[in-house]
Amino acid sequence: MYKYDEIDQQIVDERVAQYRDQVRRYLAGELSEDEFRPLRLQNGLYIQRHAPMLRIAVPYGMLSSKQLRKLGDIAKKYDKGYGHFSTRQNLQLNWPKLEDTPDILAELATVQMHAIQTSGNCIRNITTDQFVGIAPDEIIDPRAIAEIMRQWSTFHPEFALLPRKFKIAVSGTAEDRAIIQAHDIGMEFYLDHNQQIAVKVWVGGGLGRTPILGTVIREHLEWQHALTYCEAIVRVYNLHGRRDNAYKARIKILVKALGIDAFRQQVEAEWLNLKDNANTITEAELARVAQHFEPMPYETLSEHDARFDAAIASNTAFASWVKRNVHAHKQPGYRAVTLSLKPHGKPPGDITSEQMWLVADLADQYSFGELRSSHEQNLILADVKLGDLYSVWEKARANGLATANIGLLSDIICCPGGDFCSLANAKSIPIAEAIQMQFDNLDYLHDIGDLELNISGCMNACGHHHVGHIGILGVDKDGSEWYQVTIGGKQGNDASIGSVIGPAFSAEEMPGVVQKLIDVYIEARTEEERFIDTVRRIGVAPFKQHVYADKNLAKEGAAA
Amino acid sequence: MSNLIALQNDTANIVQDEWTLVNLPATQVEVRKQAGKVVLFKLTGEASVAEEQVKNTIIPETGKIIVPLRVFIARNQELTQKLAKGEVGVWLATHELIEDLIANVEDINTLPIIAIFVERFADGRIFSLGTLLRTRHHFKNELRAFGDVLRDQLFFLKRSGFNSFFIRQDRSAQEAIAGLKDFSAPYQGAVDEPRPAFTRYNRGI
Ligand code: SF4
Repeated sequence: MYKYDEIDQQIVDERVAQYRDQVRRYLAGELSEDEFRPLRLQNGLYIQRHAPMLRIAVPYGMLSSKQLRKLGDIAKKYDKGYGHFSTRQNLQLNWPKLEDTPDILAELATVQMHAIQTSGNCIRNITTDQFVGIAPDEIIDPRAIAEIMRQWSTFHPEFALLPRKFKIAVSGTAEDRAIIQAHDIGMEFYLDHNQQIAVKVWVGGGLGRTPILGTVIREHLEWQHALTYCEAIVRVYNLHGRRDNAYKARIKILVKALGIDAFRQQVEAEWLNLKDNANTITEAELARVAQHFEPMPYETLSEHDARFDAAIASNTAFASWVKRNVHAHKQPGYRAVTLSLKPHGKPPGDITSEQMWLVADLADQYSFGELRSSHEQNLILADVKLGDLYSVWEKARANGLATANIGLLSDIICCPGGDFCSLANAKSIPIAEAIQMQFDNLDYLHDIGDLELNISGCMNACGHHHVGHIGILGVDKDGSEWYQVTIGGKQGNDASIGSVIGPAFSAEEMPGVVQKLIDVYIEARTEEERFIDTVRRIGVAPFKQHVYADKNLAKEGAAA
Repeated sequence: MSNLIALQNDTANIVQDEWTLVNLPATQVEVRKQAGKVVLFKLTGEASVAEEQVKNTIIPETGKIIVPLRVFIARNQELTQKLAKGEVGVWLATHELIEDLIANVEDINTLPIIAIFVERFADGRIFSLGTLLRTRHHFKNELRAFGDVLRDQLFFLKRSGFNSFFIRQDRSAQEAIAGLKDFSAPYQGAVDEPRPAFTRYNRGI
């Protein structure tokens, strides 16, 4: 992965000094609340219900064992001994003290980490597919460009205070796993007919209050122009985005208001002036950064391993874990492993310091000292030998990290919600836990099969509920917490936004509602049909009918 | 004590202001709301100056003056003499269009100063305006930020081409000056240094 040189190190060190002084001035009353807010947010610091929340950047989801160990140490020393992986592949600490945050950042800087632009109205952490570099369907490994873009967007002076947050995702695979269509800018890397690296650029996607999938603004962009083209897009947005209304301030609203053609025209006109300027990426820079992402020194292995085959045959628990949590790899004899941060009945994405240390050890022992975080809020060991899988499983299992539920109903994607987040309408974690307990039977979960369930505590949609096969959104009705359910959302190349099935439910009703949705699916599915396929085939009506059947009866009863 | 910071050849000093800022006469401003919240930022290009205001603006006879964009356009005739002497600069607010200025001045470099008024520091349009004036329109003279100008935005303003900063009256320019040096080697090319780190330094291979 990318290693800092003196320039990178100096920037994070100077950031720590700058932020330390900002906190000092704030505490001394020299900075008002309003003046401090954007400064702390751009350093990932929220003021939350109980305490501040600090969001630490994990650029495009890559972590070294050393970094994860340090995160474990920090969570122990400054927090309650655990952290939370978010849907933007970052790590959040829920209980640090404001006064401690400069020291936390100083410690992070020692392992080449920071919290720069993890929040606020600026270009956020760039995200990608967790299997980047190793996925068999990968065409281009976009990490080098992602790193170049990270550097470009870090303290970009022109884009320091945008109308709203701005999220960029990159992907280089046939099947999109980075939800690029749900980002302000999505960069899809491919090889053009000259076998040159090119980018298809999507713009104006986003979830939140007004979910919209992105539109293609440019089919073909040579990789050299990735920065200047983004500069043109963000400049048009910075000048013309709606600053008068925070709910209409994202770029998607501007694109929609102008129409993609007019918006494209403005961007292209702007780009003519920027194209080929000094921010054009050079071959040398791409090569310099790309060397940090060269393939690991793999052993030449056979695609089969006798010990592994024997373990599969004799141990069904191991076999079902392999089925769900182990993924294909470019390199023969290697696999990627997802360590589930979704044990049933625990907050999705949470991880204790002890678990972080253990995962760091696993990475050192079995996976070249590196790991990744996924937007599904799990951790990945990307390069494990087939023959080591059994040992990894045993150790992970002993530490609560081997729930065999990846991609299943209980692998719930969930925002921190009302337990932590001051913007929430409703709690989300207890709903996730209750649903996990309702389906606390692995055989049943495996039978239900692939299913993505996403929960957000409010319209801001940090839990990406719109693209969940089942999406749950916390809403406020007369001051109490309710949940609106959507079905039929999907991420990927054929992404879609889910449809609301009807009036919202109370928290107690939620496990039963999900159960009913599953019942309809089980009843109606054809062989090999996933939940999402069934929804797409039969539509929302049968689900709606079954879920609301009792309610309607009750209502009729009351009326009679 | 002056609150004006001037940047010359990378050296920042607190200097006396030679210019008099000409303001539009105040008018009744109605409070607008969007989604239940008071609107804090004007939309780019929205007409915000009444004809009456332009007419009633008092243009001083003597001295160097910075006039509002709308006054500069509508009452250009009255300014001819002063313009010839290099005693007229123009200011515009972050929601006003530089295109309107460009369309009404033959050579932008006949203006000794352009000032941008930022009503709220969080309005990042000012950075694009500075960048465009310097790069697209090749403005070479003094480019000033005034209004809600605070220490923690100075570094970005400098990088966006500003070389004079009128710090908000209730803050110390002396302290703010340090903000110009928050970072020593930024990554990306911008107005003050067009080369990004990857061409400015040999970062090895
Ligand atoms: S979706 Fe809403 S409640 Fe959940 S973390 Fe985001 S802002 Fe908070």
